[in-house]
Amino acid sequence: MAPLLELQDVEARYGPVQALHGVSLTVGEGEIVAVLGGNGAGKTTTLRAISGLVTMSGEVRFAGKRITRAAPERVARIGIAHVPEGRGIFQELSVRENLRLGAYLRRDGFDEGYERARAYFPWLEERRDQQAGTLSGGEQQMLALARALMSRPRLLLLDEPSLGLAPIVVRELFEIVGQLNEKDGLAVLVVEQNAKLALRSSSRAYVLEVGRVALEGPSAELAENESVRNSYLGY
Amino acid sequence: MAEFFQQVVAGLASGSIYALLALAIVIIYRSTGVVNFAQGEMATFTTFIAWTLVDHGLGYWVAFPLTLLIAFAGGIALERTIIRPVEGKPVVTVVILTIGLFIMLGGLTNWIWKAEVRSFPPNRPFPTDAWDVGGVAISKQDVGILLVTFGLVGGLWALFQLTKLGLALRASAVNPTASRLVGIRVGWMLALGWGLAAAIGAVAGLFTAAASPPLEPNMMRPILIYAFAAAVVGGLTSPVGAVVGGLAIGVTLNLVATYDEHLHIELDRVRLPIALLLILTVLLVRPAGLFGKTVLRRV
Repeated sequence: MAPLLELQDVEARYGPVQALHGVSLTVGEGEIVAVLGGNGAGKTTTLRAISGLVTMSGEVRFAGKRITRAAPERVARIGIAHVPEGRGIFQELSVRENLRLGAYLRRDGFDEGYERARAYFPWLEERRDQQAGTLSGGEQQMLALARALMSRPRLLLLDEPSLGLAPIVVRELFEIVGQLNEKDGLAVLVVEQNAKLALRSSSRAYVLEVGRVALEGPSAELAENESVRNSYLGY
Repeated sequence: MAEFFQQVVAGLASGSIYALLALAIVIIYRSTGVVNFAQGEMATFTTFIAWTLVDHGLGYWVAFPLTLLIAFAGGIALERTIIRPVEGKPVVTVVILTIGLFIMLGGLTNWIWKAEVRSFPPNRPFPTDAWDVGGVAISKQDVGILLVTFGLVGGLWALFQLTKLGLALRASAVNPTASRLVGIRVGWMLALGWGLAAAIGAVAGLFTAAASPPLEPNMMRPILIYAFAAAVVGGLTSPVGAVVGGLAIGVTLNLVATYDEHLHIELDRVRLPIALLLILTVLLVRPAGLFGKTVLRRV
C-alpha cells in the first residue's frame, strides 16, 4: 500500500541559503513518525516544504495526489494540519475564536469538532472567552493542537511541540497525541529536539543532518544506535 | 450655551467624516501594517464617480450605494494589481507605493474631471432645515450624516465580530501564516480589506462634498490629516479608537473655530497645525494611542 505522505528528493531554500538537500521520507496511514536532528538540520523546513510555506523542488505526495508546491491553504484543505513551531496560535483572539478558525474549512459546523476537542482538553470550555495570548505556554500548545484537530485532519504535522514546556506538560501532550493516533487513526509527523521522547512515542524515525537524511529506521532500533545515542540522547 | 451645543453637534457631524476616513486607514493598517496615504484621494476619485453618475441622471441615493460598490471593487482591484506585487516587501516600499498612488489618483482626478469646482450633489441629500430642541438648533443634515456613519460602523462591527468572514479577516491581520495553515486565503482577505476601506472612504468623500461644498479635486487633503490624527489618537489598530478619535477631533476643531475671537488669534487658520501637533504629541507620549492594544504575550 502506498504511504499516506511521501517526500522524494525534496530540496528547499531560503533565498540563497539551501536548507534541504534532497530529503526523502514517508509516513504511513495511521503511523507516528519522528524527525530528529540538531539546530539547522532542516527539520522545520521539511514540515514547511510539505505545507507550501517555503520554495522547494522535488516531489510531495499525499494520499496518492501530488501536492508539490501547493499553497498552504490548499494543503490544509486536503487534510493536513500543521502546528507550527512557537505554537502558531492567534494570540490576540479568544480561545473559542482560535477553535472556530481551526474549523474554518469544515462545512459541517463547529459543534461536532468542538465536542471531540473537549474530550481531550476539557478546560477549553471554561477558558473559551480568554485571550489566547494570556494562556500559559503549555495551554497555548494544547490549544494549538486542539485547533489542528478541529479541521479533522488525516495527518498532523507537529513542529517542536515540547519547546519551552515543563516536562510534565510535554508528557501529557505526547499522551494525547498517542491517543489520537490509536483511537482515531491520526497519522503524525513530529519534529523534535527531545529525541528520547520522540523515539519512545513514534514507530519510525528519521535523523536529519545539514538538510539530508543521515539515518532512518524503526524508532526502537534508532534508540539503540550508538551515534544517535551519542549525538541526540546523550548517553 | 445653545450655541455651544449646536457647535458640538456640528462638530460630531464633521468628526464622523474624519472617523470614517480614519476607519478606512485603520482597516488597512491592521492587516498590513501600512498607512495608506492614498486613502483621501481614493475617496475624492470615487466622489467624482458619484458626480458623473448623478450627472447622467441617477438619483443621489441611487448613486450613493452604487458608488460604494464601485469603490469596493476598485479597492480590491488596486490591491490585486498594485499592492500585491510588493506583498512581503519592507513597509517603507509599500508606503512609498501608496504615496505614488496618492499622486497618481490626484492627477487622474484632475485629468478626467478637470480642476473645476462643482456643487455636489445639486440638491442637498439631507433636509436643510433644523430641529429646535429646547432652543438648540440641530441641523438635520448633521443628524443624517451621524446616523449613516453609525449605521456603517455598526454594520462593520457586525461583519468583523459576528461572521466567519470577519473572523478570517481579523485572523489574517494578526497572524497571516497561521491563517494560511488553517485554510484562509490571506491574499484575498487583504484585497477585501482594501475594498472595504475604499468603500468606507467613499462615504467620507461623499459627505465631505455634501457638508462642506464644493466638490473639488483637493477637497480630501485636509480631511486626510484630520483622519490621520484621529487614527493615531485612537491607536492606529483600533476601529473604536478611530471613531472616538474622529468625533473628538471634529468637536474640538469646531469649538476652537467658534470661540477663537475670545483667544485673539485666528485659530481657524491653525486647524491643520493643531492636528499635526496632536499626531506628534500622541506618537511621542503614548504611541499606542488611547485604544491601541498592548498585546499580552507569554512565551
